[in-house]
Amino acid sequence: MDAALTTSDKPIGVAIMAMGGQGGGVLADWIVALAEAQGFHAQSTSVPGVAQRTGATIYYVELIRPVPGRRPVLSMMPVPGDVDVVIAAEMMEAGRAIQRGLVSPDRTTLIASTHRALAVLEKAKPGDGRADSASVQAAAERLARRFLSADMQALAERNGSVISASLFGALAASDTLPFDRAAFEDTVRAAGVGVDASLRAFAAGFDAVRTPSNRPPPDAVIPAEPLPAASGGTEAARAEVSRALRRIAEEFPPQAQDMLGHGIRRLIDYQDVAYAHEYLDRVAILRGFDSIGHDHALTAEAAKQVAVAMSYDDLIRVADLKTRASRFARVRGEAQARPDQLVGMTEFFHPRLEEVCATLPAWLGLAIETSPALSRLLRPLFANGRRMRTDRLSGFLPLYAVAGMRRWRRHLLRHRREQAHLDAWLTLVATHARKDYRLAVELLKCRRLIKGYSDTHARGQSKYDRVVGALWRLDGRADAADWIRRLRDAALADEDGNMLDGALATIATLEPMGEH
Amino acid sequence: MAERSFAREVQDLKLTAGQEFRGEGILAVTKALLQSGVGYVAGYQGAPISHLMDVLADAQDILAELGVHYEASASEAAAASTLATSVMYPIRGAVTWKSTAGTNVASDALSNLASGGVTGGALIVIGEDYGEGSSIMQERTHAYAMKSQIWLLDPRPNLPSIVRAVEDAFELSEASNTPVMLEMRIRACHVHGSFIAKDNVPPPFTLKQALESPRRDTSRIVLPPASFMHEQEKVTKRLPAARAFIKARGMNETFPGDVDDLGIILQGGMYNGVMRALALFGLADVWGGTRIPLHVLNVTYPLLDEDLAAFCRGKRAVLMVEEGQPDFLEQALNTILRRAGVGTAIAGKDVLPMGGEYTALVLVDGIRKFLEKHAPTLLRTALIPPDPAPVLASESARSLAKVVPPRPPSFCTGCPERPIFSALTLVQKELGEHHVAADIGCHLFSINAPFNIGATTMGYGLGPSSASALQVKADKRPIAIMGDGGFWHNGLSTGISNAVFNKHDGVILVVDNYYSAATGGQDIPSSRAANGSRSTNHPIENAVRGVGAQWVKRIDHTYSVGKMRDILREALTTKEPGPKIVIASSECMLNRQRRERPQFAAAVKRGERRVKPRFGVDEDICTGDHACIRLSGCPSLSVKPSGDPLKEDPVAAIDNSCVGCGNCGEVADAAVLCPSFYRADVVHNPTGWERWVAGLRGKIIGALQRRRDARRLVLA
Repeated sequence: MDAALTTSDKPIGVAIMAMGGQGGGVLADWIVALAEAQGFHAQSTSVPGVAQRTGATIYYVELIRPVPGRRPVLSMMPVPGDVDVVIAAEMMEAGRAIQRGLVSPDRTTLIASTHRALAVLEKAKPGDGRADSASVQAAAERLARRFLSADMQALAERNGSVISASLFGALAASDTLPFDRAAFEDTVRAAGVGVDASLRAFAAGFDAVRTPSNRPPPDAVIPAEPLPAASGGTEAARAEVSRALRRIAEEFPPQAQDMLGHGIRRLIDYQDVAYAHEYLDRVAILRGFDSIGHDHALTAEAAKQVAVAMSYDDLIRVADLKTRASRFARVRGEAQARPDQLVGMTEFFHPRLEEVCATLPAWLGLAIETSPALSRLLRPLFANGRRMRTDRLSGFLPLYAVAGMRRWRRHLLRHRREQAHLDAWLTLVATHARKDYRLAVELLKCRRLIKGYSDTHARGQSKYDRVVGALWRLDGRADAADWIRRLRDAALADEDGNMLDGALATIATLEPMGEH
Repeated sequence: MAERSFAREVQDLKLTAGQEFRGEGILAVTKALLQSGVGYVAGYQGAPISHLMDVLADAQDILAELGVHYEASASEAAAASTLATSVMYPIRGAVTWKSTAGTNVASDALSNLASGGVTGGALIVIGEDYGEGSSIMQERTHAYAMKSQIWLLDPRPNLPSIVRAVEDAFELSEASNTPVMLEMRIRACHVHGSFIAKDNVPPPFTLKQALESPRRDTSRIVLPPASFMHEQEKVTKRLPAARAFIKARGMNETFPGDVDDLGIILQGGMYNGVMRALALFGLADVWGGTRIPLHVLNVTYPLLDEDLAAFCRGKRAVLMVEEGQPDFLEQALNTILRRAGVGTAIAGKDVLPMGGEYTALVLVDGIRKFLEKHAPTLLRTALIPPDPAPVLASESARSLAKVVPPRPPSFCTGCPERPIFSALTLVQKELGEHHVAADIGCHLFSINAPFNIGATTMGYGLGPSSASALQVKADKRPIAIMGDGGFWHNGLSTGISNAVFNKHDGVILVVDNYYSAATGGQDIPSSRAANGSRSTNHPIENAVRGVGAQWVKRIDHTYSVGKMRDILREALTTKEPGPKIVIASSECMLNRQRRERPQFAAAVKRGERRVKPRFGVDEDICTGDHACIRLSGCPSLSVKPSGDPLKEDPVAAIDNSCVGCGNCGEVADAAVLCPSFYRADVVHNPTGWERWVAGLRGKIIGALQRRRDARRLVLA
């Protein structure tokens, strides 16, 4: 062969980034079937292997208009910098495609589902370990020739289908393949499984990228609505609520008012309106240390943290939430039960003797706790978990009764302990507020460490104690607030507090203050 | 029954001459075997050749019609031994496995087979599990081919070439009395393409004939003096015969080009990658045209010295494209050219990396360096291939390194192995960290988050023996894990029997999920489902007791985390001597769902009462600590924004993919976590009585709820 090369034909390359079990293979098969039905030559490859078990997988398809009598030599893998279409079946997989160099500004149409399937490392963190979709979004917008995205998972689910169908629709809408919409739809029909639902999801995916809507940011926090008046309860109680609302408006800076509204709503629901006033009293004390110069961060933070601390999770709260009518309706909805179906509900409780004592009147709870004999006697009763059927009277009535103990909550052992802790914590904050305002705000935020039930609660408490226990080493340092923040972040990074121990060890090496 | 059904694809095995076969590379191999008149097929499943085994299992009636025997071997060693039938009888046989893992296991039989040589064509289809997507150590099968003298085919990765290679392989094997390996890379196994079929051929000499008129020849048995003779035969007879056949058949291919003072010699499997790389320089086109001449080694062992010398003669430089290390081919090429007195410069591992997969980018880079060195003018006039480097160097791409989380494979939703490791985690919290020897199988996912359990893995079924040296008086016992697949593969003898015999004091945890699950859910002796063509339902417990184990505990519902934890604790603390064997059994959820889902839907459709469980989280009770996730890692258990401004951390949530396995509730209970989990049992087609009782309950509960709601002070 002398005049070596005959053509400059180029195949179209489509890379699919998916997670094992997501149906990336189905999508690749559809693209191949579509191309072949349209008289194209198509080749697909994949490396599923062990990644089929929920890991990140990649499929690659090349298609080319055939030339009679010749067979194309197609690539077995996507060539970074030379891919026409990348389909990412999840947002972080879109990020992974960029990291692999598959997305290029002069070439690549990137079609991505914006939904998140969190990786284990993200969701296992005691705090918030979720990766930031926004930076993938930003990178995709900057680095792809075109970036088409929508929550393809939701579109598929809404139409009773799977994500491969909505993504196939988006691919059709992207006009990157030389086939019309009808050809795509014929492919779905020819596959013959769940055709109607697939076509609905296909259409939804198609429309979503053709007419992109203004997507809400993925983690939208429901904004606080303006506070209306109260309902239910006695007239006197409702009047007290109005007084609390007035107090918020009159006694507190605007920066804290939203959060205070959330706070009293939670605490009224948790206990009663008097409790909400106690809360406002406590925040008001800290408000006295606040200053306009710091944008009232101290009061705003206190509004949040004190409300959380005062609505500690006890058996009464759990029983109350579990037995509400609204909750019964929500469970039915989540289980997607139709009206003609019954829904059984089993709760998994494991109150230990400690939790039970805490829910007794303080004198009785303490008496049991301090008596080894009584503890030994009673402990076996609470050694095993209890499964309670809240849809049946045998399970509902006991929980309903425990929820009714709310009116005595102030006399119970747990409450006494929580109050003591609250006093100590807020006193500590107040002590530091005058000399180191930022430190005081950070100390408020440390309440976030204490959460959960049983062991988890104990572990959180111990982390809190260790962080706050480091204060004496930091006293007087200009960067004390930064150190407390670092300690708190470290404490939230892993369960056992290894990171925290490391950070504490670092602090132990700091130069003591006051020697210079 | 395997995870994937090939009921439709099996029909393609019946295609006759002239019809077009479309499908995966590994299925094309299956069809090619039948077209070649194969008499028996055996193998052991494992990516990337699992589908070959699965399709054969689903094609038993077609095979029976042709008179082809198919066997799902107990191990690769068993599969390799199967080829012994081709030693004395003119029957073609094919076996398959994942390599090099499987070849390691098979090597004893392979060495013996290759020593005595074969009469009927003996083909080993190797799934070369190398590069991206691989799950094993990165090694080359090439070394095995050379050391045992087994011919190694590495065809271009398109279906016609692959099919031709299968057909040629049998003839080559018969012409040279030597077994042949067909190397299929991962992507070639899964490549979708087409070829024109031929008719299937029933084996001309049958297994029945062999059984009824047995033959023997002492000179084929590996024992002195025959074994010394075999080695001479290999060198003086079989090797020349093979070379003559390969040359006559034209198995290697040369593609000419106008830049004929250069050349590229490549493994067949590298062809598409090299062509794409050349195309990006404008030096090749998509229809197979190339400017630099190529010599494609569809046979990578043995090499044909004269052909290689002839290709290189008169060229300034050639590039040897050889994936993997060490550089066997490049070394051989140097020797060949030196002996032939050809002075052509040889490039290879100097411009390409010694180890690792030759991806398109790697090849582009290697070819650029080759041209820089040996043909800079050509490089200056060539196109500039696309370069992702500037994009990757950009701030927005680099920032993703801190964002995009790794996503290694893990346990599926509802996997019965998850609660085993939840229990093991809880036991270790009580008794401290232990040495845990891991094994091959889905259970190896325990080494990743959230469990982070397992110190070593030494090979399939070798978990227990890999802990066998840890046998001294100590405060802690070693724990060894092995799956049911590994157990039947060899673990019964290397693990259990070895531990009993050596009075091992450790704990052996056998994970029994009813299948060889990681490889695609193939049946094994202890599988529970009825299998028409295999004998199953042989309990692991019987086997274990049969080799003398005394302390044996079986748990038939791994989801009982508390019970699982208690048994493990007992195994770690009991005073009883000898190995403590725990058999944890529950069916692989992937397979169970595949079986039960259609049954459930059909029953509901018929109007029968059925209960579907799923789990949920009460988000207002969840405090966002995620301790549950750290004991589970289930894909359906995730986190979501709380929607409550007072809750900073995301709360746990269970999505619709939940299969209601029960692990969440069990873990919450056993670990004393939190009360936010609930199980909702949706009753489809409830009975009249059930409805009536539920209605009555609903009335009472509803009245109580309304009473409290009315009194509740709400700030809406």
